Amino acid sequence: MKCNRLVDAGRRQFLRGGLGATAGAAASVVMGTSEAKAQAALARVDYPANRLANVADLAVNEAMDVAYPDADSPGVLLKLGQAVEGGVGPDGDIVAFSILCPHKGWYLSYNGEDRTFNCPGHHSRFDAEAGGQQVWGHATNNLPQFVLRVDDAGDIYAEGVDELIYGRLSNTL
Amino acid sequence: MAYKRQVDRLPIVPADAKEFNVTCHYCIVGCGYKAYTWPMNKQGGTAPEQNKFGVDLSEQQFQDSAAWYAPSMYNIVKQDGKDVHLVVKPDENCVVNSGLGSIRGARMAENRPSRVTGTQLQRLSDPQVWRNGTWQPTSWDDALDLVARVTAQVVTEGSEDDLVVSMFDHGGSAGGYENTWGTGKLYFDSMKVKNCRIHNRPAYNSEVHSTRDMGVGELNNSYSDYEITDTIFMIGANSMETQTNLYLNHMVPGLQNGAKFIMVDPRRTVTVHSSEQWAGKENVLHLAINEGTDMALFIAILTHIVDQGWTDDDFIAASAFQDGEAVAQDSAHPASLGSLDHAMQDCRTSLEQAAEICGVPVADIRQAAEWIAKPHDDGSRRKCATAYEKGIIWGNDNYRTIGALVNIALATGNVGREGGGVCRLGGHQEGYYRPNESHVGRPAEYVDQFLIRGLGGVHHIWACDHHKTTLNAAEFKRAHKRRADMVKDAIDAAAGGTREQVVDAIVSAVNAGGLFVVDMDIIHTQIGQNAHVILPACESNEMNLTSMNGERRLRLSERYMDPYGNSRPDCLIAAGIAQHMERVLRDMGQDAYADQFQGYDWETEEDAFMDGFHQGNPEVTYERLRAAGNNGVQEPVTGYENGQLVGSERLYADGSFDRHGREDGKALFCAAGWRGWQAPGKAREKAAHKYWINNVRANIFWQNQFLDQKNEFVQDRFPYPFIEMNPDDMVEESLNPGDLIEIINDNGVTQGMAYPTATAKRGQVAMVFGSPAGSQGNVINPGVNELVLPNYKHCWGDIRKISNATHETAGITFKSKEVTL
Repeated sequence: MKCNRLVDAGRRQFLRGGLGATAGAAASVVMGTSEAKAQAALARVDYPANRLANVADLAVNEAMDVAYPDADSPGVLLKLGQAVEGGVGPDGDIVAFSILCPHKGWYLSYNGEDRTFNCPGHHSRFDAEAGGQQVWGHATNNLPQFVLRVDDAGDIYAEGVDELIYGRLSNTL
Repeated sequence: MAYKRQVDRLPIVPADAKEFNVTCHYCIVGCGYKAYTWPMNKQGGTAPEQNKFGVDLSEQQFQDSAAWYAPSMYNIVKQDGKDVHLVVKPDENCVVNSGLGSIRGARMAENRPSRVTGTQLQRLSDPQVWRNGTWQPTSWDDALDLVARVTAQVVTEGSEDDLVVSMFDHGGSAGGYENTWGTGKLYFDSMKVKNCRIHNRPAYNSEVHSTRDMGVGELNNSYSDYEITDTIFMIGANSMETQTNLYLNHMVPGLQNGAKFIMVDPRRTVTVHSSEQWAGKENVLHLAINEGTDMALFIAILTHIVDQGWTDDDFIAASAFQDGEAVAQDSAHPASLGSLDHAMQDCRTSLEQAAEICGVPVADIRQAAEWIAKPHDDGSRRKCATAYEKGIIWGNDNYRTIGALVNIALATGNVGREGGGVCRLGGHQEGYYRPNESHVGRPAEYVDQFLIRGLGGVHHIWACDHHKTTLNAAEFKRAHKRRADMVKDAIDAAAGGTREQVVDAIVSAVNAGGLFVVDMDIIHTQIGQNAHVILPACESNEMNLTSMNGERRLRLSERYMDPYGNSRPDCLIAAGIAQHMERVLRDMGQDAYADQFQGYDWETEEDAFMDGFHQGNPEVTYERLRAAGNNGVQEPVTGYENGQLVGSERLYADGSFDRHGREDGKALFCAAGWRGWQAPGKAREKAAHKYWINNVRANIFWQNQFLDQKNEFVQDRFPYPFIEMNPDDMVEESLNPGDLIEIINDNGVTQGMAYPTATAKRGQVAMVFGSPAGSQGNVINPGVNELVLPNYKHCWGDIRKISNATHETAGITFKSKEVTL
């Protein structure tokens, strides 16, 4: 019974669509060969795989400046010294984050003592050991984290971002 | 792992998107936002001419950009029956927030109901009536008919005193001048209901009686006063969290301009810490007094100011009452009022006495008095802006404590002048416009106790969830449920009967001690579990809504989307109840009474606005407010000139005080004598338990989390209510971060999650207020002041572990909330 109703609904929809299609067809005749063709596009942005550093370049709890997915998107690469969720590398402790505060785009500073990113603008702070979770602050997202991969040679690649980066409406420009 | 939306790009607002004025519908500050909508099949582009901002969006936008919005600022909603894109982002041209968004307001778009993106599907879409053992969706006519029949029968067989009403009195959200007028006209004009209460307290009363009785309305300055003052004196408030952009956009510039900052709060909050970052530690004085001792501090500061000759004698001579006692202490006035000399007879307290009571050094109290009142080296007076909120409003001895604070501002001439003011900071926005409520009486009925005692037969509830936000909540919940269940059982037993038979069964159950409950709200609430009729309301921006903020800035927040499902503005729900009451009463042969329910032929919220607020403020119309935009006009509105509404930057600029209604225009001082714990049971409870359970707010939550309980970003951060504890106390109780704990005392039990906080004092914990996952009200005793103001803040209990951290709590951060720069 339910199935039949669905079929009915589909048929009505089809008829309605059919009328539209007729009008569209008429229009296309008028338009002739000038009919616009929609561009094929991907549903998600296509992230580059960028080498940020080698595992050997990192010292525990020393933030290394990086940029991803391009030079205008500053971030830091960190070896935390103990495994964290989302961490990569032989010790599962390497992470990377955007350092533009998702509240108003101020540059965050890294505090190695409690491993947080802190905003001088309005005092928001984010936990480097908890996926960039906002400890306290005004931002309505947690800190964008770069998706990392480490190859056999120890080279660390960024290959994606899990949140919208401040100052861009597309993570790749 | 932290919650991530996995959004990698957002639709761009096209250049021709529709634009709407929006005032944030959450806190009192009322930040300006802009809403943009456009059709689903269109989008803007990165080229400047293709987007609303006129900038090249193919390039990175930098700090404080007006051309960026977060995923939380985007949604897809219904507008005129069609799905549209929606962006709601902070307005850089609004003088309140200058483009700053808060963690609450910047999620307004995401917290809209959307059948497309699936957000806030908890919103109520249709009226529901308890039938066949559950809530059944039904039409407005069916639901309103039942409400009117039962209400009419109960109030005509008994009296209007048998109708109990809980109703919001605030602006923003689903409040505002339209909706307070609709409900006010129904209950205070068509009826004279006196057993009523407000959303956050158990009676229908002011939260700040004493300042009003002294002649000083509680919202008397302008936010700009904080920018030019010499001292910001804050008491029992945490503005960095709860009035975020008032603090960031007005108080911080004040600190950067050299203002001193005094905070009175037993707890070290982020406001104290952040103020130290901006002003330097040497310019911030934190008076971490013993809980509930604020009044002793204030009267000692006043005494010191008087004795040092730092009073503003010209101001006092011109603006204050001079002849001893003006108002005697009586059942409606918990302290006498009069001249400064009169007040000093009770207020006189030495710095040493206060230091003993408050537990802070004499030197610190003296320092505070100097920062407030000691003239500059050139002899000029200091400006001091005083700001207070729930710490004393919901604290010990509300009347005298607030009176003692206002005394200081009056004695130093810091009211009505630039850089001054003595203001409550506020919770919601304001939006109160109702007929005279003097029939309610003073003191007003303690409505929670009235219901607990089995009185009243019908309970209309407008956007109040007492289960999460009242005191003595455990007992209230038990009594309310027992009484509501009697009516549910009667309805179930009458299944299959005619409407008349069902109404008779309900009224019989009411007469036997039951309670018929009608709940008007935007979501199904905890108290709504007891409802027999649920009526769905809509919020601001699903309707046009006017409110004023904490500096009395009146704005029209425009409708940009349709109400969800069949929900309606509260004012039109009230009109519907009135119209059905009229019809039912006429059917009952009560023509004269029925006539009282005429005058509700409103089709829109604007009709309700014109019937109410506009009548008292004839210059103000929707059209003029729309033109005034997000900067609006500061009330009171005094005229309309050159195409603009004319407002008032601050109150009492002429030195004449009128909030008490005295014709002489003289301010009164409050004879605030210290008397220890005022509310019954507090001293005994303190002696019996190990921990003071402070009741606090957090910036991430809006009030009782009615929308945030279904916001993943918020719930991921705090899946259970946090209870900040000193780490040594946690060790003593064998607790780890995130462990679930119970707080127990004679009033009840509540629960939350332990959050280690190094700055918390031993024996003092701070539990977030109003959480759906743990109501602090359960453990708060019924103690109120003489005017039925609750003392929510003072509650003591013991702590017991329930379990280890759960999957939800184990993954979150427990680091300090204090920024490290």
